[in-house]
Amino acid sequence: MWRWLHPYAKPEATYRLNQKLLPWFAVPGILLLVIGMVWALLFAPADYQQGESYRIIFVHVPAAFWSMGFYMGMAIAALSAVVWQIRTAEWAILAIAPIGAVLTFISLFTGAVWGKPMWGTWWEWDARLTAQLILFFLYLGVLALYAAFEDERTGAKAAGILTLIGTVNIPIIHYSVYWWNTLHQQSTISKAITRLEKPSMAPEMLWPLVVCIFAFMLVASALVLLRLNNEILKREVRRPWAQAELLEEKH
Amino acid sequence: MQFDSFSSFIAMGGYGMYVWSSMLVTFIGLGALAIEAKWVRRTLKREAQAQQARAQRIQRAKRASTQ
Repeated sequence: MWRWLHPYAKPEATYRLNQKLLPWFAVPGILLLVIGMVWALLFAPADYQQGESYRIIFVHVPAAFWSMGFYMGMAIAALSAVVWQIRTAEWAILAIAPIGAVLTFISLFTGAVWGKPMWGTWWEWDARLTAQLILFFLYLGVLALYAAFEDERTGAKAAGILTLIGTVNIPIIHYSVYWWNTLHQQSTISKAITRLEKPSMAPEMLWPLVVCIFAFMLVASALVLLRLNNEILKREVRRPWAQAELLEEKH
Repeated sequence: MQFDSFSSFIAMGGYGMYVWSSMLVTFIGLGALAIEAKWVRRTLKREAQAQQARAQRIQRAKRASTQ
């Protein structure tokens, strides 16, 4: 496997792979996002308790879910960067962190505007909300630490180590609603997946939510590929292959 | 279709402000990431063009001096 995997540590090979993968994420991602949002906003039935306000779930849950998912992706990149000192893995940390930060911010913001009409408060120092806020600061901290050193590779190593330490926060976020009985409700979907229970959500609401979750994964992955390729080109802009790549495109 | 008129769709049963601000922030956030990536790519392209122009100037100067 190593022999097969190792060439992708070469920046140019990663770049080419990313370019090939990009349309496979971007096109279905945007398509599913449009389908999911139209379904969610126009066709999903209103909630019998929360009325139309619950439609925030269709952006809140996907953003929150992938804010954790992409953190795990960043942690894998960080592990590869710290252990094997692969440069593309270091740049992957830099590519994923801003996207994770935006996803986390979306989850916090939409949670606040959903909390206001339903809980009567924008913010509460509830276990899940607090842990999610820590995740936001972790993403920003990783970016800040990466940029804080004169030598970029030292910064990458420091950011990688912070990323790895920060993974402790991911199970805390996930289990916070079970460990502490506070304001945030328990998960509707993961119960159904992990314990094969019937989901406590009507299928007319669950399906558009599943579509939105997939759409967010594809769109955010496409953004990661775009950013990672930018990071590669930034460092390789003097190499002939990168020059050729940048000069041949039309727009 | 859950809404019988456009205005009831916008009103979202009185929760319009909350629902639409959520949608707006989500799509501004994702859109900004995409646009920023495009900008960076464009800057890199300009850098590559500048380097190419510089290399050509050097080559021309070399040719001129050897003649």
